[in-house]
Amino acid sequence: MSSVTYDHVVKRYTSDLTVVKDFNVEIADKEFMVLVGPSGCGKSTALRMLAGLETITEGQIRIGDRVVNHVAAKDRDIAMVFQSYALYPHMSVFDNMAFPLQMKKMSRSEIDKRVKQASGILGLDNFLKRKPKALSGGQRQRVALGRAIVRNPKVFLLDEPLSNLDAKLRGQTRVELQKLHRDLETTFIYVTHDQVEAMTMGDRIAIMNAGILQQVGAPGEIYDHPANLFVAGFIGTPTMNFVPVTMENGNAKASGFDVKLPKPVGADKGILGFRPEALTDRIQDDGSTLEIKVEVVERLGSDQFLYGTAGEDTITARVDPRMKVAPGDRARLGLDLRGIHLFDSQTEKALL
Amino acid sequence: MDLSLLLTDVPTLVVVIVGVPAVLGAYILGGEFLVRRLPDRARGSVRPWIWVAPALFFVTAFLVAPAIGTVFTSFQSHGGDWIGLTNYQRQLVDFPNGGAWIAIRNNLYWLVLYTLFVLFFGLLLAVLFDRVPYESVVKSLIFMPMAISAVALGVIWKFMFWYQPADAPQTGTLNAIVVNVFHQAPKTWLTDPNVNNFALIAAAIWGITGFSMVILSAALKGIPADLLEAARVDGAGEITIFRRVIFPLMMPTVVVVGTTLVIFALKAFDIVYVMTAGNFGTDVLANRMYKLLYQADNPGGASAVAIILLLAVIPVLIFNLRQFRAVEARR
Ligand SMILES: Nc1ncnc2c1ncn2[C@@H]1O[C@H](COP(=O)(O)OP(=O)(O)OP(=O)(O)O)[C@@H](O)[C@H]1O
Ligand SMILES: [Mg+2]
Repeated sequence: MSSVTYDHVVKRYTSDLTVVKDFNVEIADKEFMVLVGPSGCGKSTALRMLAGLETITEGQIRIGDRVVNHVAAKDRDIAMVFQSYALYPHMSVFDNMAFPLQMKKMSRSEIDKRVKQASGILGLDNFLKRKPKALSGGQRQRVALGRAIVRNPKVFLLDEPLSNLDAKLRGQTRVELQKLHRDLETTFIYVTHDQVEAMTMGDRIAIMNAGILQQVGAPGEIYDHPANLFVAGFIGTPTMNFVPVTMENGNAKASGFDVKLPKPVGADKGILGFRPEALTDRIQDDGSTLEIKVEVVERLGSDQFLYGTAGEDTITARVDPRMKVAPGDRARLGLDLRGIHLFDSQTEKALL
Repeated sequence: MDLSLLLTDVPTLVVVIVGVPAVLGAYILGGEFLVRRLPDRARGSVRPWIWVAPALFFVTAFLVAPAIGTVFTSFQSHGGDWIGLTNYQRQLVDFPNGGAWIAIRNNLYWLVLYTLFVLFFGLLLAVLFDRVPYESVVKSLIFMPMAISAVALGVIWKFMFWYQPADAPQTGTLNAIVVNVFHQAPKTWLTDPNVNNFALIAAAIWGITGFSMVILSAALKGIPADLLEAARVDGAGEITIFRRVIFPLMMPTVVVVGTTLVIFALKAFDIVYVMTAGNFGTDVLANRMYKLLYQADNPGGASAVAIILLLAVIPVLIFNLRQFRAVEARR
């Protein structure tokens, strides 16, 4: 149980290949922190530096108050679940889970107790004698979790542990992991490229792109107040609508509609962003509206997605499924002003 | 080589160059032609035999038949009379110094020392070179002796072990070191029965270590890196990782290499033949068989030794094949 601090951390493989750039995050004790970003952005590298599997080029990583830059992986008291699970193929499930405890020179009876306890939590009691080869993907994943939780580590690292599971099992395991986090009361750092996992599991989310940390915050905060264009586009499905606008006396003017900005901004051009659900078929008298030419309608039962254009801009809207609309129609929709974002077209930073 | 010799017998040359491919081609085409006329069901089970048959023929003609012939010879006198187990008896009398006993003892030395040291060095080098830059260059160097014929290897080491009387300049590398660095009297490495077996075995080990290193190194590289990383995070030091993760995963390969080496050790001949000709108490079974056959003109005795050797190799061979299949099955 410990906090983790990344202090100006840099990872450079060669002089012109920097994969993690000036990375600063403080992860509180017992927090569930999710590190999310597109493939190849350096998430795993950031995690592996903390585990001691990669050297740190610049900066400091601290676990609690202890600087671990030069501490060997085996002495960091960290548990890690690998994407491939990395189970020892020649050992039984029991021995796989007992291995880290044997490394701590724990007594046989204590090892037995802890492994049994973990296997009970994870529902592995009937598989303890089996080799990993004779297990299903989901069972292997749980053994990998078991090997990590038996140790009561200071920090728990998970690198895309669900990506080899089918959709249903992934959903279940997501919930189980959150429960596990509550029960273990340990710091969790969870790497994923799946924003749904990030949104549902994290106390806080850190979003990375191309080696640079974009924003850290609670899921709701990031969803409602994305700090820049990348975060706004990365979080949320379907993605946020982005429309280039010009500013004219307090209004943002797009090719097909106008929006009154809630407060003045010091720029005359920008990119207006609003999520599909900011559009509604219930039009308020004083609100902004826009008319879209509907091209595709998707009914999902609980939702209805409209894909179309307003002026020259493509728009996605998420409206009440009871709204009657067909491809080819023109639909007038209300735009909820609480849900609009404006980004600088050069720096891509949020302006509102 | 004098190529004009080939031209003196042109018909034979033509038969070899034209005839052999023609016969093979005719066999394949003819076989396929006949198979096509078979009913559908039989075709699948007949076709493999068509392809295997030539190999079966050659193995039978040149391996199985002579082996059976050897069994018969081992029960016969020089004149061809049946004399039961007499030939075997003669090889196994007067333990520990009579008959084939010295050769059997030496083969056991070879079996144990050669196998263990080659495995040990191979494993050590594979693990160490896994962590050095220029790995492939260093490994090629170690592998180089494999490219030398065993006879040349024997000659090289004969010079390495060369003995000169104490007052003469030492031209043998080993004795030069013994005399000039350690200031001891030169040793008769190849004639002193206390060391000569080990000298021969050492030369053989030098020759084969590259083989074991290369195969074990491939097995080492086959272990996924994240297993080792997982073990590191789990708190294991490098030696523990080797003992608990790397070695067990390499075990099947170690066994295959080990049993192959056991067979090599039992078959040891060339190095002994070149370096001591089996004298001074360094005889091994294969060399004894050769001597009995060509020097003592005793085909019955030679056959008996051959059969003893064969009986010793067969169990190892079967074990080896099984293990090999187990390794393949793991992939
Ligand atoms: N040993 C290495 N040498 C050079 N470049 C590397 C090395 N390891 C990783 N990289 C590069 O570092 C970048 C970040 O890799 P990393 O594995 O951290 O990505 P990731 O965010 O975990 O992606 P994914 O979601 O696909 O796992 C990648 O562009 C990769 O090519
Ligand atoms: Mg990764």
